[in-house]
Amino acid sequence: MPARIGVVTFPGTQDDTDALRAARLVGAEPVALWHRDPSLHDVDAVVLPGGFSYGDYLRCGAIARFSPVMESIISAAREGLPVLGICNGFQILCESHLLPGALIRNAGTLFINRDVRLRVESTGTAWTSDYAVGQEILIPIKNGEGKFAADEKTLDELEAEGRVIARYVENPNGSARDIAGIANAAGNVVGLMPHPEHAIEELTGPYPGPATDGLPFFTSVLQHLLNPELVDA
Amino acid sequence: MSENKYQVDTVERAAETPGTEQPYEALGVKDDEYARIREILGRRPTSSELAMYSVMWSEHCSYKSSKVHLKQFGDKAPEVDFLLVGPGENAGVVDVGGDLAVTFKIESHNHPSYVEPYQGAATGVGGIVRDILTMGARPVAVLDPLRFGPADAADTHRVLPGVVRGIGGYGNSLGLPNIGGEVVFDACYSGNPLVNALSVGVLKKSEIKLAKADGPGNRVVLFGARTGGDGIGGASVLASATFDEDKPSKRPSVQVGDPFMEKVLIECCLEIYAEDLVTGIQDLGAAGLSCATTELAAAGTGGMDVQLDLAPLRDATLVPEEILMSESQERMMAVVTPENLPRFFAICEKWDVIATVIGTVTDTGRLRLTWHGETIVDVDPRTLAHQGPVYERPFHRPSWQDGLQADAPTEERLARPKTGDELRETVLRMIASPNLADKTWVLEQYDHRVRGNTVLAHGEDSGMLRLNEEDGLGIALSTDGNGRYTKLDPYTGAQLALAEAYRNVAATGAKPLAVTDCLNFGSPEDPEVMWQFAEACRGLADACLQLGTPVTGGNVSFYNQTGSEAIHPTPIIGVLGVIDDVARRTRSAFETEGEILLLVGETRDEFGGSEWAHVVHGHLGGLPPKPDLERERQLAEILIAGSRDGMLSAAHDLSDGGLIQAIVESCVRGGHGARVVLPSELDPFVALFSESAGRAVVVVPRSEEKRFTDMCNFRNVPVARIGVVDGDTLDVQDQFSIPLDELREAWTGTFPKLFG
Repeated sequence: MPARIGVVTFPGTQDDTDALRAARLVGAEPVALWHRDPSLHDVDAVVLPGGFSYGDYLRCGAIARFSPVMESIISAAREGLPVLGICNGFQILCESHLLPGALIRNAGTLFINRDVRLRVESTGTAWTSDYAVGQEILIPIKNGEGKFAADEKTLDELEAEGRVIARYVENPNGSARDIAGIANAAGNVVGLMPHPEHAIEELTGPYPGPATDGLPFFTSVLQHLLNPELVDA
Repeated sequence: MSENKYQVDTVERAAETPGTEQPYEALGVKDDEYARIREILGRRPTSSELAMYSVMWSEHCSYKSSKVHLKQFGDKAPEVDFLLVGPGENAGVVDVGGDLAVTFKIESHNHPSYVEPYQGAATGVGGIVRDILTMGARPVAVLDPLRFGPADAADTHRVLPGVVRGIGGYGNSLGLPNIGGEVVFDACYSGNPLVNALSVGVLKKSEIKLAKADGPGNRVVLFGARTGGDGIGGASVLASATFDEDKPSKRPSVQVGDPFMEKVLIECCLEIYAEDLVTGIQDLGAAGLSCATTELAAAGTGGMDVQLDLAPLRDATLVPEEILMSESQERMMAVVTPENLPRFFAICEKWDVIATVIGTVTDTGRLRLTWHGETIVDVDPRTLAHQGPVYERPFHRPSWQDGLQADAPTEERLARPKTGDELRETVLRMIASPNLADKTWVLEQYDHRVRGNTVLAHGEDSGMLRLNEEDGLGIALSTDGNGRYTKLDPYTGAQLALAEAYRNVAATGAKPLAVTDCLNFGSPEDPEVMWQFAEACRGLADACLQLGTPVTGGNVSFYNQTGSEAIHPTPIIGVLGVIDDVARRTRSAFETEGEILLLVGETRDEFGGSEWAHVVHGHLGGLPPKPDLERERQLAEILIAGSRDGMLSAAHDLSDGGLIQAIVESCVRGGHGARVVLPSELDPFVALFSESAGRAVVVVPRSEEKRFTDMCNFRNVPVARIGVVDGDTLDVQDQFSIPLDELREAWTGTFPKLFG
């Protein structure tokens, strides 16, 4: 039986279609999860996709964190369920305190949609094992509030524990220490501002390519589900 | 009730007080129109009825000045078998093969975007997306053709950033990829920016929804956002003397958008459609509830009773006249059978969308509105929807037109660059000029990726979407227009706009099918503007017939003028094309060293209205390039066949800025230089900068060159080898050479410098 990857739809979620497609393309069974439904429907992993949950009028992700589905996800994540938060999903993970720090308004204040180069910093997570440390990958960003911020102590801890999973090669938004993505201490929860689900097909991925550098995030989790002990953050 | 309290103006009261003076002029209703309303009703209208007639008979809703000219799009429409819904509905619908249909339409939100750039542009996107949704389709993309005053003008720096942020802020939050459009600057748009928005949606052929209230006893449901005081405009004059003094009086005249509400409304509607729960549906746009109730009733069984006091309000002090006129966004009206109501409400509840039954379909032939039990409107809805005034506005060729056309940009009139150094300098100046410069600064603010089906977007000749992941079926869209050409000759100017959009669609490998138009003009009360409009419509209708691409719907925007200064007449044409397999699309970038550059089409000394004359000399005169629609059709066939048969590595249409602009764009995008040898029979300046229509530059692998040129020769379309993709320099033999880095810096530097 293929692994079941759940993708949560909040009102205002935009990239759920794309995340479901990514799950399908790597051979998993995509499962749509609904914000009001606390059941996780026996999924093996969860993606919190990009968008503007509940309009993000208060603070990005601030309302979503209190939804019934998030209560289930927060407790399952503490028990090791692999969770990938992309963009708005990353913001929700920070608001949920599954990840430290916060995402704030970009340095240039504008929304930026651009293909950016990332350097993979850690492969010891459920979502990055199919990359190599130091590998440069091309993944799109598209956000207005994508600047990662945390206090120095937290940043030092993230660095020391190898929990920075990817950095921008050229920092597009003023993120602290060029951080594009981080993991929790256990390595099962990953938050990433860039959108790997937009880099999974030659036809629709970044141009000029490489177009499919996002796929390993999704193949990694399948590997992890087969061999959970690989996670060694 | 004390004297300063609002008193509802009922039908009964209207009948009893025929002599009551009504402020119809302040609502834009003319003397004869007011007389006609009284004649239709056999009494004076109530203030609510007057509000409804004033908006439904307004230029915006009734097309009273344009109707007689727009008629040609139907009369001269080419016979096609793919048109499922034509003009007159919320948007046209086209059969694209299999069980799929596509609906698309372009609209303007020009005036609000000048007053309040962010909200004006945002609600422009919201409005056109609801039109698409209303047809039963999932909206899948937007495109935004924009026009502003001079790029260095202070007001442009107020308007453009706000407009761009508004389009991004709303469109991105809807999860709709923005896949095309234009950014053009010209002094004529100072004070009158053009903010046009095109949206496209996909639906099953069998699931087209229409705006009609059929079936007596069926319920009329208002759902979505609550009705507020925004966008009421002139309605306030109706009862201003009697307004409660405590009432909030300052209201925004521009609507305020809530994209989150609209996103939720889209998903809610799509679930409702999927269960086939509505018999008719209409969005609330211009003229809000007035328009929705009227159009639903007029197109259906004919009658409707509505309890207006049931409409959920954001501001409890609103009076009926205001509720009827409110243009609050993100609202829809559905006609639902009583059996389907529970499921309808369950889906609305799932999405936290407020839904309220406010009325019932009847067979009385009357639209009756009550307010707390008293009848305030009792009209035949067809008199509002279909029997508005129709004007045969006078028009005549402007006295200055001949002089303008006589002022041709000849070699004697405008100095031309002659030496290689002069040409080099001109190239760098042209590619850095605001209209030709790279627009990445704007486009990065738009999400073009969401939904994961965007195959081509900005920077390519047309935007392209995959519709079917299994077989690769896709659509392509391009919007184009050239106000300078249209000012010089409105008839051919409109044709050139169509030709360019048609060519752009074909350049990516898609077959152009159908057209939507946004006709942006000055005041129809000016006979010279009206002549421009009449000529542009005639030109466009003739060209659509010749190219076999029917107009499926669109929008007219008049009164784009300040004082007596009208904008250049600016028809913006959107063309929709279909491609069997998006994997065969053609890009514009030069990607592979050693491949052959071919120039397809004929280059003439044509600089009237050209970008070169505009940038270098600030000159506008002469005649625009000569359209040759038969040539356009042949060129499109070549480009489509070249894509389908795998002959083309790249293709780029030639338009503003001519051959050299296209080559620079393709070089910079692909990261490769080129060695170019200009055709010996042409003057180098003409070869590089002429804007002759019906041309494209293509790249073919050496192995395909003969097959491709044979195909051109067979169709008698001129084709010439002009070079090869090579190195990191653009070298034009015997003239000049410019390193790729220098080109890139010049082309991409302008917008960050201006707006960054």
